[in-house]
Amino acid sequence: MRRVAIVGAGMSRFGEDWNRGFRDMIIDAGTSAITDANISGDKIDGMFIGTMAAGRLIGQEHIGALIADFMGLNPVPSTRVEAACASGGVALRQGFMAVASGMHDTVVVGGVEKMTEVSTSEVATALGGAGDQEWELFMGATFPALYAFMAQRHMLDYGTTEEMMAHVAVKNHKNASKNKYAQYQNEITVDHVLKSKTIASPLKVFDCSPITDGAAAVVLMPYEKALSFTKKPVEIIASAQASDTIALHDRESLTKLKATEIAAQSAFKQAKLAPRDIQVAEVHDCFTIAEILAIEDLGFFKKGEGGKATMEGLTALNSQISINTSGGLKGCGHPVGATGVKQAVEITWQLRGQGGERQAKNANIGLTHNVGGSGATCVVHIMKKE
Amino acid sequence: MRPGLALTWRRIPERYTLKGNKCTNCSTNYFPPRKICPKCRRHGKIETLYYNGKGKVYAYSEITAPPVGFELEIPYVLALVELEEGPKLTAQIVDCKPADVKIGSRVHVVFRKIQQDGEEGLIHYGYKFKLVK
Repeated sequence: MRRVAIVGAGMSRFGEDWNRGFRDMIIDAGTSAITDANISGDKIDGMFIGTMAAGRLIGQEHIGALIADFMGLNPVPSTRVEAACASGGVALRQGFMAVASGMHDTVVVGGVEKMTEVSTSEVATALGGAGDQEWELFMGATFPALYAFMAQRHMLDYGTTEEMMAHVAVKNHKNASKNKYAQYQNEITVDHVLKSKTIASPLKVFDCSPITDGAAAVVLMPYEKALSFTKKPVEIIASAQASDTIALHDRESLTKLKATEIAAQSAFKQAKLAPRDIQVAEVHDCFTIAEILAIEDLGFFKKGEGGKATMEGLTALNSQISINTSGGLKGCGHPVGATGVKQAVEITWQLRGQGGERQAKNANIGLTHNVGGSGATCVVHIMKKE
Repeated sequence: MRPGLALTWRRIPERYTLKGNKCTNCSTNYFPPRKICPKCRRHGKIETLYYNGKGKVYAYSEITAPPVGFELEIPYVLALVELEEGPKLTAQIVDCKPADVKIGSRVHVVFRKIQQDGEEGLIHYGYKFKLVK
């Protein structure tokens, strides 16, 4: 296996972008990443694109070919990757494996989703496809409801409160307010969250990540070659992925994502590191409870203590560990296929010291954690600066 | 997605009668039914099992933002029901006030309309649950 580095990173401004379409956003992100990498397009020999539901949301399939064509990169092989909300993270892993194996030398990994062309209930139905269509969604389940079940059991077993969950949203909005690419640039209070409309009890609107248009991209190449393109290569030192039951009702426990635990253990083993070695992490906060589960399952906090730790500010910027400096899915936005790649973009910027007002101090090692559905796919990457 | 006629037809025994199955090799019960026992794989012995339709609420949520097809149902209570024989399933709890549903509430199965493909389309039936009085 060859060592793999990220040499370029870019993203589109996330948000409700009625003026731009699917291809405009991915071309924006892709061009930014390639320009950042300082390479010419004819060096690129492979592409992997994470997109969850373009067929449902814009009526477009065959995304790999579409993007290669409109990026002007034909005949480079271009492959769409789909793993629900983990599509971007899984695409990154595919790109990593392609370069590590020696099959490809310079790979662009993109992620993109255009979600605001259809109504909110159409989006809810499309995202529902991340669960078990025949046995969960058919019965009237929604994703907020599935995460509400997890929240309810976590509250019962560990005394986690709605207020603790609200602190996740407050912290992530605060980080997002310092990110010019974020969907929300405003801070909120615990009161805003607690008084917002209930979606699926106990989860309220401000416990949920928003519907977002956006795209992100990174350029990968062998580490040895990367040094001739950039003085600041960011090395991917671990890449791990695990699967679990597609339906939440088949899990033994609702208070952890077993696939996160397994992927994290594998990633830390590959990197020969422990959770305490991470200074900055982008974790999958599709709902506030999901961030609490994530920081426990990744090993940053003991099981059951994630809510309390968040309320005490231990996950805020430059505290014990800086969690979701980008604003996370809640503040930066969650264009589902793009999210996993955006996490890699943010960690790359953090490790290079390009975080601006939201820069985490002493950021040497970062982690990304991307979840598909209610936890049926989890992907973890660990990255290190030179 | 609107479930097609063939899909609905194939699922009728399971959705109308709670027909699941069990692996007699490891004594694990499954609902919805599985073709392969995930614990035993090729060594598993899968046999039909009809569930008695009794269970307890394991977790629940009152849904106020519906997916397509459930717009007229809100607010409705969706739950994970733990069946007496072991497996959990996802279903609505009906014929009660949402506030009456608690974790641990005893429930039993009822046969109900789940959704419909528009005004003149196929009506899909299946299981929902009621609180045991």
